[in-house]
Amino acid sequence: MTSSNNDQPLIFERSRSGRVGASLPVADVPARSLDQIIPQELLRTAAADLPEVSEGETVRHYTALSQRNYSVDTGFYPLGSCTMKYNPKVNEKIAQLPGFAKIHPLQPDESVQGALAIMHEMQTYLAEIAGMDACTLQPVAGAHGELTGIKLIRAFHESRGEKRTQVIIPDSAHGTNPATVSMNGMEVVEIPSAADGGVDLEALRKAAGPKTAAFMLTNPNTLGLFDPQIQEIAAIVHAAGGLLYYDGANANAILGITRPGDMGFDVVHFNLHKTFSTPHGGGGPGSGPVGVKKPLIPFLPVPIVQCKDDVYSLSYDHPLSIGKVHSFYGNFAIYLRAYAYIRTMGPDGLKQVSKDAVLAANYVLKELAADYKVPFNRYCMHECVFDGLREAAPGIRTLDVAKRILDYGCHPPTIYFPLIIHEALMVEPTETESKETIDRFIAMMRKIAKEAVEQPELLTSAPHNTVVKRLDEVLAARKPDLRWKKNV
Amino acid sequence: MNIPENLRFTKDHEWVRVEGTRAIVGITDFAQSELGDVVFVELPVIGKILSAHENLAVIESVKAVSDIFAPVAGTVIKANEALSDAPETINQDPYDKGWIAEIEMTDPAAAGSLLSASEYKAMIKEGD
Repeated sequence: MTSSNNDQPLIFERSRSGRVGASLPVADVPARSLDQIIPQELLRTAAADLPEVSEGETVRHYTALSQRNYSVDTGFYPLGSCTMKYNPKVNEKIAQLPGFAKIHPLQPDESVQGALAIMHEMQTYLAEIAGMDACTLQPVAGAHGELTGIKLIRAFHESRGEKRTQVIIPDSAHGTNPATVSMNGMEVVEIPSAADGGVDLEALRKAAGPKTAAFMLTNPNTLGLFDPQIQEIAAIVHAAGGLLYYDGANANAILGITRPGDMGFDVVHFNLHKTFSTPHGGGGPGSGPVGVKKPLIPFLPVPIVQCKDDVYSLSYDHPLSIGKVHSFYGNFAIYLRAYAYIRTMGPDGLKQVSKDAVLAANYVLKELAADYKVPFNRYCMHECVFDGLREAAPGIRTLDVAKRILDYGCHPPTIYFPLIIHEALMVEPTETESKETIDRFIAMMRKIAKEAVEQPELLTSAPHNTVVKRLDEVLAARKPDLRWKKNV
Repeated sequence: MNIPENLRFTKDHEWVRVEGTRAIVGITDFAQSELGDVVFVELPVIGKILSAHENLAVIESVKAVSDIFAPVAGTVIKANEALSDAPETINQDPYDKGWIAEIEMTDPAAAGSLLSASEYKAMIKEGD
């Protein structure tokens, strides 16, 4: 007999006095009391009060909790801007090979030639995909890649004796862009988007000048729209003496179709956990390699993997380097998975990834346009953004739609981002979903749109089928209660 | 939408009440309704000297984190400490109890160039 997974007792409620999960053998050495070994002030005065449960019960408890998890392995996960594509299991298999899994980062170079070869090839592949001249694998997240990239840009300007302190960012940018700039002690100059969602060239011309260190751009941008003015944008920024930074968050739209380097970008980061199918949940670990054009190579983090006469080595002798940005070589086991993905897909496969991702997003955009507002009447790239429902009972908002989606057992899309779309609902289906899955999602979204008119209370009181119901997000933010206490 | 006639406004949706050489600053009714429930306010340090458009405070709502800019140049002489415990005051009473800071203006005449109530109203309408 199993109870409903929505109704699991706490591990403390399962506890029965005296029940144990393991029996220890009788000690075969003389026992010593704790106060002979541990200073008095460090000893407990009250018992630790741990749950007393059997091994079997413990396993069932935590297995049941784990089954409440939602992931790309359990269902459709159309979270815009996150590229929640399926992560092929062959990546895991390769990462578990003992030659990779059992090596130590301090082993001498000659004993880890295979791993170094992978790193060297990976640097080359990513640079080629980005249209860059070199690449560092060290950063361990997209935002970390940004931080590294802006540090590189800063070091580049400083090496030329130029004091450039401003970074221009469009108002549609990921929040990490301005955060990166501030973390680097530089100043954010925000420019508005044009009416078609792209960069406002006039505003960019006005903002660009002798203080401009860089312009950070995501292309396609966070609205899922490709900015065809990119060459003109690059010309404006370069003419002002600034560099162009490519936020690779949306790279899933362009693989093998175009390259940031060809668009005029000088620095690029990729999110391997988005575009290159490495695990994404639970906060990582991620990987955010950074590619650069030739003039920025001297500043790359050390060590750099080099290859001479088929022998690989780690090179630290780069006096202009910004130094290390992470311990050792970044998340090796993660970019190893991405390496496996690139090798499995091949150049044509990667191109097909982007074609299919763009097709899937445009299909969703077109099929839902009758029920959900479309802020820009254009083809989108790998994700599409809606501005709430076309028709709904008063007071129904995007948040209510997202909560109702939970009742249908699906992960909701991203909501209220980008900030410039007030009731934003951002869908990124990715290339790995079948048409049947996407059709089921579309049917669900249409059904919810109908409910929003005919039975709005179904939305405002949603979710109904989840472990916890509608949470008071305001109270949770104002008075966060972060720790469960047993006796309150 | 409540837009009091006696206040001055900025394009970034701050309001200013001028009292002699002092400017009391907050965010407009429109701004608070766009932000949604405010959950945290980072107040300025007393004595901080600001030029116009420099960061004055940060407001975090359930939707976003937003910078609040100084509408006029000057020195921060008071901050509304009550907002630390009751950030929701900004939603409930944006023009009175929900004030954010008081600034001793460097150039009190500069406040005259801020938007009037009717100009601010027209600006919001245009954005719709």
